[in-house]
Amino acid sequence: MWITSKIKQILMVMKPGIVTLDYPRQPAPAPTTFRGQPVWDHHKCLGCGGCANHCPARCILTRDVCQELRVMLYDGSRCTYCGRCADVCPEDAITMSNNFQTACDDKNDITTRLELFMLTCQRCGRCYEMEKTNVIDRMELRGFRYDNLERRALIRRTTDTFSPETLAATEQYQRPSR
Amino acid sequence: MLRNLCKRMFKRSVWVYHCNTGACNGCDIEILNILTPYYDVERFGIKLVASPRHADAMLISGAVTRPTLPLVKRAYEAIPSPKLVFAIGSCASGGGAWFDSYNVTGGVDKVLPVNYYIPGCPSRPEAILFGVALALGLVEKEAAPIELKQVEFPIDMYERNEAWKKRNDIYELLK
Repeated sequence: MWITSKIKQILMVMKPGIVTLDYPRQPAPAPTTFRGQPVWDHHKCLGCGGCANHCPARCILTRDVCQELRVMLYDGSRCTYCGRCADVCPEDAITMSNNFQTACDDKNDITTRLELFMLTCQRCGRCYEMEKTNVIDRMELRGFRYDNLERRALIRRTTDTFSPETLAATEQYQRPSR
Repeated sequence: MLRNLCKRMFKRSVWVYHCNTGACNGCDIEILNILTPYYDVERFGIKLVASPRHADAMLISGAVTRPTLPLVKRAYEAIPSPKLVFAIGSCASGGGAWFDSYNVTGGVDKVLPVNYYIPGCPSRPEAILFGVALALGLVEKEAAPIELKQVEFPIDMYERNEAWKKRNDIYELLK
């Protein structure tokens, strides 16, 4: 009787055949709904910094190098691929690709560096007009750069690590009233 | 060619030790998933072992929390000397959303020398397979740093900044 049970087992195993993926030799693309590495379109990006403010892992860092130049650095090593940045982007500059083959031996290989040209008004020298009607203000995204010392309190500088000096310097800041 | 491939694949079977350092179990489930027949990592000679003394490589998942920190170090020291460390998941590779939390060291690389980073939250089983194949030399690395620029500047801002810095440095020296 044990022979028949064994034959039954073999038949049961034969039925599904080979299920193992031949993955590293054959590509196995992820489904389109899979959220993988975010991809930036630097022609669409405004540099509003909304993604940097909404990132739960704070892996998008915003640095203002000078008046016209803003550098956004995406640190992919601690990104959780939540897709919040793609949701919040007013210009749809960020899309979540389904690329998952991001394994690397160096952390710096999964970073993206964006250099954005922040245009200033030729007349007043300000970066952007403070009015209620623009997209960014409507979404109440903070982090846009205004070339005004009073308005500069709006900038929330994302830092890599917690620094008590920055907190002490910015604790007294208040959101400017209109 | 097949022989070469077999040589590369089976010359040294990598035995891995799986170490959870305060992960949410998502990455652990994916690590166990690559041992199932569907992904079957044992065809590369990889075997999960219970003791770090038997292992060649260490799969670390989770941001290294403060209570687990000495244990992780001890487990790393127990592995015999040519050893690989894989940081699996975004918590292990960079600290995840808790990278600056008070009870988290913020990534394995701040504690141990990490050889391969496999980001993802949790990393897809295929991604872990890809990282393992990368370590075995079966595939080429795909990730590369990306630099995007909106405008090439006519004035070199960096030079201007550096000049400004140098000027400030001189002032500091004069003090």
